[in-house]
Amino acid sequence: MIDFSNWDLLRNLLLATRWTIALSLTAFVGGALVGLLLTAMRLSGRSILRWLVRVYVEVFQGTPLLMQLFLVFFGLSMLGLDISAWAAAAIALTCFTSAFLTEIWRGCIDTLPKGQWEASRCLGLSFSQILTRIILPQAVRVALAPTIGFSVQVVKGTALASIIGFVELTKAGTMLNNATFEPFKIFAMVALIYFALCYPLSLASQKMEKKFNGAR
Amino acid sequence: MLNFSDLLPYTDLLLQGLGVTVLLTLYSTLGGVAIGTACAAGRHYGGPKMRWLIGSYVELIRNTPFIVQLFFIFFGLPAIGLKLTAWEAGLLAMLINLGAYSTEIIRAGLAATPKGQIEAARVLGLSSKQILFRVVLNPAFEKIYPALTSQCIIVMLGSAVVSQISVMDLTYAANLIQSRNFRSFEAYLVVAGMYLLFAILMRQLFEWTGRRLFRHRRVGA
Repeated sequence: MIDFSNWDLLRNLLLATRWTIALSLTAFVGGALVGLLLTAMRLSGRSILRWLVRVYVEVFQGTPLLMQLFLVFFGLSMLGLDISAWAAAAIALTCFTSAFLTEIWRGCIDTLPKGQWEASRCLGLSFSQILTRIILPQAVRVALAPTIGFSVQVVKGTALASIIGFVELTKAGTMLNNATFEPFKIFAMVALIYFALCYPLSLASQKMEKKFNGAR
Repeated sequence: MLNFSDLLPYTDLLLQGLGVTVLLTLYSTLGGVAIGTACAAGRHYGGPKMRWLIGSYVELIRNTPFIVQLFFIFFGLPAIGLKLTAWEAGLLAMLINLGAYSTEIIRAGLAATPKGQIEAARVLGLSSKQILFRVVLNPAFEKIYPALTSQCIIVMLGSAVVSQISVMDLTYAANLIQSRNFRSFEAYLVVAGMYLLFAILMRQLFEWTGRRLFRHRRVGA
C-alpha cells in the first residue's frame, strides 16, 4: 500500500478535475450547438421536423443518461468504430444536453407573443431574419438563467463517464480509494470539488433569474 | 447484426430488475416528497438557524453528482461505523437526493400562498390543521405538481446508477446479461426502452393522480 498525504490526494483529484471541466465544456458547447439546430428545426413549421425533434427530446429525457452512455459506447464499437471512453462520453453528453436545452428554450420562445411572428411576417421578413433579429434577442434574455442552471446538470452528468472508464474526478476518486482505503475522506473531497464547480453556476443562475424577474 | 433472441432467456431477470427499479422509485418518491414537505415548511416558516441548515442540505445535494452521494453513503459511511446494504444505501441516496430537490420545489409553492390568505382563513375560524392542509398545502402542491412530477421521473432515471453498488435493478440486469452473452448493445437498447416506457407511464400516473387530488379546486381556471 502506498501512503498518500492529504495534499497528494487533493492534488491528484484536482488534476483529474481538469478532465471533468474539459468534458463539461465540450458537452455544453456541443449540446448548445445541436440544441440551436433542433430549436430551429422545431420553429421551421414543417410538421415532420417538429415531430422528429419531439421524439428526440422525449427519448433523451425519458432514458437514463447511463443507458445513453452505454449505448453510444457499445453501439459505436459494434459498428466497428474504435471509440475511446472520452469520445463516447462527449457524444452521449452532447445528445443529453441538447435535448434538455431544446426543451428549456422551447419554453422561453413560447413566452413571446405569437403576434410578433405574424407581424414580422407581414413586414416581409424571412424566417432566418425573424429568428435572428426578432425572436432570439428577446428569448436569449429569458433563457440565460435556466440555461446556466442546466449547466450544473451537465457538470454533474460528467461523473457518469467514470463508469465507462473515463478518468475524470469521480473515477480518480474511486481509484485513489482503491489505493488508500479512505472512502469517507476521499468521496467527501470529491463532493466538495464538484460543489466548488457547481455552486457558483447555481448562484449565477439564481441571481440572473431575480434580475430578469425584476426587470419585467 | 442485431440479435435480440439471445435476450429471451433473460426475460425473468429483466422483469425482476424492473421490479427493483419500480420499488426504489415508489419508496423514494413517497419518502422524498415527505422529506421535501417537512424541509420546505422548515425553510419557509422556521427560524434563521433552521433555514440555514436546510438551505445547506439543499445546496450541497443539488450541486454534487448523485453517483458521488451514492459512493459516499455506500463506501464512506461504513468507514465511520454505519454499515448499510447496497439496497439500503441506494434507497437512502435516492431519498436524500429527491428530498433536497423537492424541498426547493415545494418551497416555491408555499411562497406562492399569500400571507393574507392564511390570516383570512384564521379569521374565518378554520383550525390550524385545516389551514395547513386546505389553505396552504393543497394549493401549493397543485401549483408545483408538474415540476414535482418531472423531478420524480428524473430521480427514477438517475436510479440506474445504483447498479454500480450492485443493487440488482434494471441496469444491473442489463450489465449481467451483456457480461454473459456479449450482446451489450441489444441488452442496453431493450433496457433503455423499458426505462422510457416506465417514464411515460409514470407521467401518466402522476397526471391521473393529480386530476383526482386537485379535483375540487380550480385555481385561476
